[in-house]
Amino acid sequence: MQWETVIGLEVHVQLATRSKIFSGASTAFGAEPNTQACGVDLGLPGVLPVLNEAAVAMAVKFGLAIHAEIPEVSVFDRKNYFYPDLPKGYQTSQMYQPIVGAGEVEITLEDGTTKSIRVHHAHLEEDAGKSLHEDFHGMTGVDLNRAGTPLLEIVSEPDMRSAKEAAAYLKAIHSIVTYLGISDGNMAEGSMRCDVNVSVRPQGQAALGTRAEIKNVNSFRFVERAIAYEVERQIELLEDGGKVVQETRLFDPDRDETRSMRTKEEANDYRYFPCPDLLPVVLDKAYIDHLRDNLPELPAEKRARFENELGLSAYDASVLSATREMADYFEEVKEVCGDAKQAANWVQGELAGALNRENLSVANSPIAARQLGELVARVIDDTINGKAAKQVFQALWNGQGASADDIIEAQGLKQVTDTGAIEAMIDQVIAESPAQVAQYRDAEPDKRGKMIGYFVGQVMKASRGTANPQQVNQLLKQKLDALC
Amino acid sequence: MHDKTLAELTRSLDAGEFSSRELTQHLLGRIDRYDSELNSFISVTHEQALAAADAADAARAAGKAGALTGLPLALKDIFCTRDVKTTAGSRMLDNFISPYDATVVEKLAAAGTVSLGKTNMDEFAMGSSNENSHYGPVKNPWDLAAVPGGSSGGSAAAVAAGLVPAAIGTDTGGSIRQPAAFCGITGLKPTYGRVSRYGMIAYASSLDQAGPMARSAEDCALLLNAMAGHDLRDSTCVQRGVPDYTEELDTPLAGLKIGLPREYFGDGLDAQVESAVRDAIKVFESLGASVREVSLPHTHYAIPAYYVIAPAEASSNLSRFDGVRFGHRCASPVDLIDLYKRSRAEGFGDEVKRRILIGTHTLSEGFFDAYYKKAQQVRRLIRQDFLDAFEEVDVLMGPASPTPAFDLGANKDPVSMYLQDIYTIAINLAGIPGMSVPAGLAGKRPVGLQILGSHFTEARLLNVAHQFQQATDWHRQRPAFAEENA
Repeated sequence: MQWETVIGLEVHVQLATRSKIFSGASTAFGAEPNTQACGVDLGLPGVLPVLNEAAVAMAVKFGLAIHAEIPEVSVFDRKNYFYPDLPKGYQTSQMYQPIVGAGEVEITLEDGTTKSIRVHHAHLEEDAGKSLHEDFHGMTGVDLNRAGTPLLEIVSEPDMRSAKEAAAYLKAIHSIVTYLGISDGNMAEGSMRCDVNVSVRPQGQAALGTRAEIKNVNSFRFVERAIAYEVERQIELLEDGGKVVQETRLFDPDRDETRSMRTKEEANDYRYFPCPDLLPVVLDKAYIDHLRDNLPELPAEKRARFENELGLSAYDASVLSATREMADYFEEVKEVCGDAKQAANWVQGELAGALNRENLSVANSPIAARQLGELVARVIDDTINGKAAKQVFQALWNGQGASADDIIEAQGLKQVTDTGAIEAMIDQVIAESPAQVAQYRDAEPDKRGKMIGYFVGQVMKASRGTANPQQVNQLLKQKLDALC
Repeated sequence: MHDKTLAELTRSLDAGEFSSRELTQHLLGRIDRYDSELNSFISVTHEQALAAADAADAARAAGKAGALTGLPLALKDIFCTRDVKTTAGSRMLDNFISPYDATVVEKLAAAGTVSLGKTNMDEFAMGSSNENSHYGPVKNPWDLAAVPGGSSGGSAAAVAAGLVPAAIGTDTGGSIRQPAAFCGITGLKPTYGRVSRYGMIAYASSLDQAGPMARSAEDCALLLNAMAGHDLRDSTCVQRGVPDYTEELDTPLAGLKIGLPREYFGDGLDAQVESAVRDAIKVFESLGASVREVSLPHTHYAIPAYYVIAPAEASSNLSRFDGVRFGHRCASPVDLIDLYKRSRAEGFGDEVKRRILIGTHTLSEGFFDAYYKKAQQVRRLIRQDFLDAFEEVDVLMGPASPTPAFDLGANKDPVSMYLQDIYTIAINLAGIPGMSVPAGLAGKRPVGLQILGSHFTEARLLNVAHQFQQATDWHRQRPAFAEENA
């Protein structure tokens, strides 16, 4: 039988607010345990939450970016359950009236085709703390630094049909939230994690199969692998005459498999009800319009502009708009050097190669966009030749100079275009290479083109790479041919 | 010294008849001597009180005394008080020393008041007799066989007994007004949102409100001046200017329109209480007020709606008491579930457990719509009843409680206890302000007249109560307990 995979994602995005969603404590990552938890985060008796407006603005921006409805009123609800890293015994979330209504996200697949994935809604909630099971001699430690960090949970419709589509969707969400600057999108630090709902059904069947939910998958790769495993497991189960049980599963990346965590019967009854400590959030049109007017250019728009206005290829436009850091970097290089295609070539060529080798992201590039732009400008205005440019690039990468001009100056890489100086070097090379000159002279005219390479090399060497290669070529040819 | 109102004490302090330190020492002495019988305090903070009194005396000497500088009061043990044990009357918090001050505590300290300690209460403010306290019941100074009412029973008893001139209580379904009535003092529950709830241990967040309990309406006005106002730390606390609540006290009542809700004078109302209330209303008529009957047709739904909404909120609010970070933790838990189960089983009393169970049930999947949602709809109808009534009249009056203080141990059945709040509970659901003022005696037990107004009409209520107290002296009556020990 042919099976169809159906996938829905719940993506949890940590919002990049400075303080927590309901308290003034810092959200910075990596502090000593429990140093960034105030009375509100600890759930002390008597404390009350106060909503962080920055979190609201970020959620609304996301909603606007995916063309979602933004309801005038949204309400916080309490999700009640006991766990040591949940200090109040409830998580403040939005169950019935979320801040962002239905919208859609466009994904691009590897073959270049696009598909629209519907978003059911997105809601604000607070993150829990962390339970630390190691180093406590059989006991569990609780770190509440993360408790109260704002999360935007983005719930998709079951619109994805493959692991690749799910990964593309996750990448699209990542791209949107980082473009908007509402999250650092750092998956390794848990800034983005997702729950994956997977089911299979016979091809052509309208009704959805029973789904399993895989909790807390925290990388693009793991999403693909978890789905691949889960789909295979479900199909095998069904083909053997079994039934898929609705349950929550965990993905184990070390073993590349999912394992049952709890079944529906064991699920908590969260007893949602409106949080009486928080007022409904009422957003007026002016507030929403203001946020809409100040939205940055989003990935899809940027890609189109790169292609249509800057004349980049579809592939270049897509790669350079993939992340906001990449796009911003490229655009600055382009601004500084004044040539979009050259900028694109350098960013995707030399820079991307170096970043890949050292496993760095563009945000951590040792060469700033301005520095690279200045370097490219010197190539464009013929101050240096391509070979010297690579030397300058390497020097900038190694921090051997503050700017391309400094390095060109210090290393004497300025291209020699003075005909007299080049001719002098050529004359010397010819004088020192009688054997090669003789060979050149004796060769058939149509073979001489290849033999000129030797002389070019010697002249370039003599100029320490600074001579203009085209001029060297041209003048050499004239001089050698004159000897024949 | 211990019979005076706050206003009178200020005059004495200003006149140099005694210092705040002398006053504080005198009252601390009375507490030390007599409270073993009443049990109105859970903690008495001698040292902090004397230090605050000295600071107040210094402020007065420097000419920087305000209306409340150097005046002693007591705080219901539901207000978090920095470095002081804050128990909410529960074993669960017997070991809890608060690291911070509630906004109300902060504001009253900033106004120069001197807190003598923390008063006894029904556990987590759940109760109408103060019999649900982990620290034992409080006795009514008018009659030691009687309860002082609840849940702010300790506050009411301490004021009535002359241990402190005023105390701060909280009122979720009548917990200021009913004990004020039972103990013959004046109590005000402000409009929901008038006073910050920050640092007040939550019972039912959408109903809880702090208010003053004192010996006169004027004293309540002075205290409310210091307590009211917006607080950035409480989103439900309204951004609305705070008038000077003493300003309108002397406005004559001629032309005042009083409504008597028919539903507040029906079956179950004690004859002596009714007679005292009707006599009080005649006093208002003599002051130029007109009286008419009105109807609050959804009154009989108030108790059922309250006992859905309040326990639902409580079941969630009390989840943080889990033995993990603070409060009671059972001995040697074997695992997490054991830790939760035993810590909570040991830490909470029966009434608290009962309400957690009710609330957990009504919020459960499949019951939420039938209980919680329906109760919220009823709540809106109840609120509308009051808004409609206030279209016709300025204030509503009736009894604060169907009976005078009952005997300790008399109401064993929880539902009969719940019915004690029949005249007070709807007011919290509607969010409006209400007062109880002494209006007579039924035998040797006081009767409270309840005065209700529309949202944010505290100044009017205090004016009405003050004018009544200018014309009567029920609020001047002192219980036998205080006189014997004078």
